[in-house]
Amino acid sequence: MKQHTIVALVQDRPGVLSRVAGLVRRRGYNIASLAVGHSEQPGISRMTIVVESDYVEQVVKQLYRLIEVIKVSDVTDDPTVEREMVVLKLHVPPSARHEIVSMCGVFEAKIVDVGTSTMIVEMTGAPAKVENFIEVVRPHGIKEMMRTGRIAMVRGARGHNAEQYVETGNGMSVPTLN
Amino acid sequence: MSQQLTGAQIMCEALIREGVDVMFGIPGGAIMPFYFAMWEYRDRLRHVLCRHEQGAGHAAEGYARATGRLGVCIGTSGPGVTNLVTPIADAMMDSTPLLAICGQVGSHVLGKDAFQETDITGITMPITKHNYLVKDPNDLAYVFKEAIYIATTGRPGPVLIDITKDAMQKSAIPNWDVKLNLPGYKPTYQPNRKQIREAIKLLASAKKPLIIAGNGVIMAGAHEELRHFAERLRLPVITTLHGIGAFPEEHPLSLGMPGMHGWVHCNRAIQECDVLFNIGGRFDDRVTGKASTFAPNAKVIHADIDPSEIGKNVKVTVPIVGDARLTLQALLEELPSREELADLHANASDWMEYIRDLQDRHQGKQQYINRASTLNMSLPPHDVYASLNQTLAERGNYIVVTDVGQHQMWAAQLLDWNAGPRTHITSGGAATMGFSVPAALGAAVAHPDKTIWVVCGDGGFQMTNQEMATIVQEGIKNIKIAVINNGYLGMVRQWQELFENKRYSGTPLSGPDFAKLAEAYHWKGITVEHASEVQAAIDEAHATDGPVLIDFRVEREVNVFPMVPQNSSIGDMITEESGA
Ligand SMILES: Cc1ncc(C[n+]2csc(CCOP(=O)(O)OP(=O)(O)O)c2C)c(N)n1
Ligand SMILES: [Mg+2]
Repeated sequence: MKQHTIVALVQDRPGVLSRVAGLVRRRGYNIASLAVGHSEQPGISRMTIVVESDYVEQVVKQLYRLIEVIKVSDVTDDPTVEREMVVLKLHVPPSARHEIVSMCGVFEAKIVDVGTSTMIVEMTGAPAKVENFIEVVRPHGIKEMMRTGRIAMVRGARGHNAEQYVETGNGMSVPTLN
Repeated sequence: MSQQLTGAQIMCEALIREGVDVMFGIPGGAIMPFYFAMWEYRDRLRHVLCRHEQGAGHAAEGYARATGRLGVCIGTSGPGVTNLVTPIADAMMDSTPLLAICGQVGSHVLGKDAFQETDITGITMPITKHNYLVKDPNDLAYVFKEAIYIATTGRPGPVLIDITKDAMQKSAIPNWDVKLNLPGYKPTYQPNRKQIREAIKLLASAKKPLIIAGNGVIMAGAHEELRHFAERLRLPVITTLHGIGAFPEEHPLSLGMPGMHGWVHCNRAIQECDVLFNIGGRFDDRVTGKASTFAPNAKVIHADIDPSEIGKNVKVTVPIVGDARLTLQALLEELPSREELADLHANASDWMEYIRDLQDRHQGKQQYINRASTLNMSLPPHDVYASLNQTLAERGNYIVVTDVGQHQMWAAQLLDWNAGPRTHITSGGAATMGFSVPAALGAAVAHPDKTIWVVCGDGGFQMTNQEMATIVQEGIKNIKIAVINNGYLGMVRQWQELFENKRYSGTPLSGPDFAKLAEAYHWKGITVEHASEVQAAIDEAHATDGPVLIDFRVEREVNVFPMVPQNSSIGDMITEESGA
């Protein structure tokens, strides 16, 4: 099944996350990851949702039905910068420290805590690179892992901008001639 | 105005400011402060005490559909508001402007499984256009304004406001002047001119053009514009179940209803047309049958106010987002000259002739009569509709509210719908049995001058008939109920007969003596068992200055034809001759 990356601008109000997630849930699609945070505009948040489904066009359209959703794009096939962060607690006996440290150097990961037999490392990068790093350190024993989920931003001048949308108003959701 | 008011008073003031003058509800612990405040406003805010919150919700829907205005219903926390869930879902499916006002437990116990606490905003999230939980009286003025704006604009729908008891009790100075801040909600009313011109171009080049008109035409008040447009281009018009009233059936361009129980000529016309213009309909699967086989030869123009409807079920060549009335006005403005339309006019008239010929060969209405006489039925349902139809046409000034089932489809097929928009009220999208009696209550409150006829089944009637008491308590006299009593959950029985070898599992149905039940509610009750008594009973109902119920004990196993089996192409219809 294909993974789709959807970016949505939403008003920052209670329940908005639930509404967006509910619209995806209604179809029985799985959300692989979801990241939300403030956007450049006060009162408006930007979400990146990774949905596992071959067909998300209707989800994207119906997200517009939600009152608090300002703009939605499926950026799966667009040129984007995608980033994800992973924090790992690794089992690292003193004998393995050296290897982990050099591996972190290769992946530009940061060591943020060192214990007698553990280390916490933090790594940020494109999702594939994060995946790669995890696989490389996995044989050493991952005690805990936490990933932020993907955030995505479209490259170049074509933006996904709150302010711009607020000004231009309603035309945004009108489908174009095919 | 900078006076301190309680939250509950702010609610009343807000409703009055938005033009609300009647509400349907039932009180209880959490909503009591609102009822306390309501008393002061009782000369401006009428409260209709219903017998069940489902009834209150459907009554508010009936009010809204009969007028186009906001319907308001009220329930208390817990079971009160969960009883509102069905009408809310119904309003969502049929785009009815509804405001549900819900009492919630105090904010200090919220989330602690307090007495009668239910997460109603969580429950109704997927079945409301929007909903709110309010815990602070300072938010009430704004929330009510925003909620009513959302419910009544764009594609209308239900909005729910859940208010904690303490937010109603505490005081605040309402700020009535806050501007709405809805960057994500800007409904598109004006259609795009480029698309309008595309649509005209496509229609002008058509050989077999067709209009399908839906609920959007009625909600936008676009029926006059629709008639002008159809007449100017000479296009045949099909009206969906919710489009009934959008175009008069006596008009020479009217074809009638399509879909699962639509007429053969309508469905065949859809399957054969080359340009299909759907205005204000959403291509529901009861209209399209198996969507992939729907209108295989047609280029589709779809005009809807909700962009997410376009391309949802049917592939669209020209999408138009906008209000139905403004869309038709724009189309009329962009019409080419008479000469440029000459080809279209010639083609459309051949096409119309062809469709009328189909219609003559498949006389759906006549087949009901033929079958009744061959089987020697003592009370064929058709006779009830024929008498009612004639009487309504003679008397005028009526609204018909139907329930869900065979009787509903018969009403759509057998009554002649010429009385304009908002004279046919039914539950289409959700198909909620029990809708009709309370919805008629709402319609009667809205139109005390009209006769409100309920046509319902013995099944649906037994779901919500307690509102007959509400009708009496409110002094409402203009409601007449026709129970099409076939002793079955008839529509389900029909499917069992046709597709499950008559295994009547869970469909035979008994009931009390409905006329006696009516009498017990201080209504007049009449029982009719023979065709010869039908007209007299209908006349008596009209002559009676008060609510009347007629129990029509019709032939038990009559089917609705034509019929498209579920998930089949609408080109493949079972008709009376082939199926029964
Ligand atoms: C609340 C609800 N429950 C069940 C159904 C499924 N259903 C659709 S039509 C029907 C039969 C209705 O029987 P009745 O009211 O007697 O009308 P009839 O079809 O006999 O005219 C049923 C059970 C429904 N639409 N709504
Ligand atoms: Mg029945």
